[in-house]
Amino acid sequence: MTDSSASKSASPASGFSIGSLFRRPEVGAFMGMALVFIFFAYFGYDRNFLSPFGTSSWVNAASTVGIIAIPIGFLMIAGELDISIGAVVPAAKMTMAITCGYYGMPFIAGLFFAFGLAAVIGWVNGMLVTRTNVPSLIVTLATLFAVAGLTLFLSLFLTDTTSQALVSPAWAKWMFGDYHVWGFQSSVFWWLGLAAVLYFVLHLSPWGNWIFALGGDKESARNAGIPTDKLKIALFMLASMAAALSGVCETVLSNSATTTTNFALIFNCIIAVVVGGVLLTGGFGTVAGVFFGTATLAIVQQGIGYTPFDRNLSSLIIGVMLLIAVLMNDTFRKMATSMSTTKKGK
Amino acid sequence: MSDKTPVIEMRAVDKSFGPIDVLHEISLKVHEGEVLCLLGDNGAGKSTLIKTLSGVHQPTRGQMLMDGKEVSFSGPRDAQGMGIATVHQFGGTYPLMSVGRNFFVGAEPTKGFWPFKIFDREKANQIAVEAVQNFGITRITDGDRLVGGLSGGERQSLAIARAVHFGARVLILDEPTAALGVKQAAHVLRIVNEAKRRGLAVIFITHQVMHAMAVGDHFAVLIRGAIAADFRRGAKSREEIADLMAGGESMADLEASIEGFMETHDGHPPAPQH
Repeated sequence: MTDSSASKSASPASGFSIGSLFRRPEVGAFMGMALVFIFFAYFGYDRNFLSPFGTSSWVNAASTVGIIAIPIGFLMIAGELDISIGAVVPAAKMTMAITCGYYGMPFIAGLFFAFGLAAVIGWVNGMLVTRTNVPSLIVTLATLFAVAGLTLFLSLFLTDTTSQALVSPAWAKWMFGDYHVWGFQSSVFWWLGLAAVLYFVLHLSPWGNWIFALGGDKESARNAGIPTDKLKIALFMLASMAAALSGVCETVLSNSATTTTNFALIFNCIIAVVVGGVLLTGGFGTVAGVFFGTATLAIVQQGIGYTPFDRNLSSLIIGVMLLIAVLMNDTFRKMATSMSTTKKGK
Repeated sequence: MSDKTPVIEMRAVDKSFGPIDVLHEISLKVHEGEVLCLLGDNGAGKSTLIKTLSGVHQPTRGQMLMDGKEVSFSGPRDAQGMGIATVHQFGGTYPLMSVGRNFFVGAEPTKGFWPFKIFDREKANQIAVEAVQNFGITRITDGDRLVGGLSGGERQSLAIARAVHFGARVLILDEPTAALGVKQAAHVLRIVNEAKRRGLAVIFITHQVMHAMAVGDHFAVLIRGAIAADFRRGAKSREEIADLMAGGESMADLEASIEGFMETHDGHPPAPQH
């Protein structure tokens, strides 16, 4: 076959060109992160932004968002959204604190209940979205409020307070909520581990192909024999359980939990995912991109405190960044779909 | 008519959704290396028929046979396993995925062992490019290229090549030329002929009579869920087929009757009748 030998020799040549490099969304996200980092490193140098303490402050902040942002990115790639995480985090925290702190059950039981609850919420989200075809934004908006209300009600009903203390055993403290080298929280390591596992799932395993196909064209994906409904439900459960993990880490670290719904977290996750180059319309995105997007967000939010600028300006920077990212993602999509014609001329 | 058993056959198949009957007594058969053109206007029940053939719906009554043996599909995957491949209007391709990944959606080649099985990108790309080039699409040389950059005809061809690669024996093409220009459509028709040459049984759904006449061996016209006409190649002219599709009534007759009415009624068109 002369054809195949020709195509073989052609593919390595096109594998590394400037054009194909810029087609990758994580490159844009990485450059954004590098730019922001250099900016804050310059203006925050005198105030120890680059010190271990300065570094861990933004990495720690990134980890609590990042653990949730990657599964949210998966959902967005699959064409869905989950904003109920803002209520799942406090629900998981309160579950931990009430089972272990108030009722004095073992730590493992608390973990079991917290993750079990999150799995159920994710399953309900997934079932509602796949069975009713109501947009997931609305479904999860409903579950956001439902779960938030239930958390508050049950906390008052069972314990008469909206906040609860939790004392964890040493091993659990070490695993979920302690400060390690350089002041990094345990959640940082969870974030890195989760990113590695989910990188494997999305980009190396066959499941990744299914997730992309689901977001690209749901009907075709189902016709190709992919169990689309099950996959979607699994993704909702993953997002919920990741939110629970983030919540557990925070609770163990701070030794307490409150019922306050975390609305800011919802926005932070979405910003991290979009800045990370995931298309809002689904079908495209990378784990590395979301990882860099989360880091960028955290650098801006935490780094501003190390500079002479007013702290409130961080929101302005993030707003502008988000807008640029969305426009870049759109351009990327146009570029990606027109690349073949320009490439042929080369 | 050949004596061979048809690859796929439907015998008096009915399909209803609750009280609504969509298909009535559909009987059709397709042999190896034969193209059956299913013609019909919008709403004639074409898509229900396709979905029944491809295992998405189960027939309410009637028999489906493959190679003379009765079969029933529990789902699209089951039908695929038996060699029935359906290619939809946009080919079931995903614009933001590479040619290689598109080719293997739902049947990814893997290397390594569980749970570290990984998608074998190089193998996928190589097989995909080779399969597509064998169908005469020489412009696709890079399996990493995103499908969104291909033309509509190329995307269709990719989907057909994919179906053939995965051992399809029956190829159901759902309006493959509907959204294409003249040149692109000709391209797809060549691919259909190539599939036929390779001995596939092709069911080609369209409402463009010209395209059907270019590749069809056998024609069936679907009107309101029933087969209104069934004939071999050359038995009917283009005009006759178009008339059949318009509801069995000759377009020319319809025009003449309207004109006649207008002449006798001061140029007013007839009141609609129900």
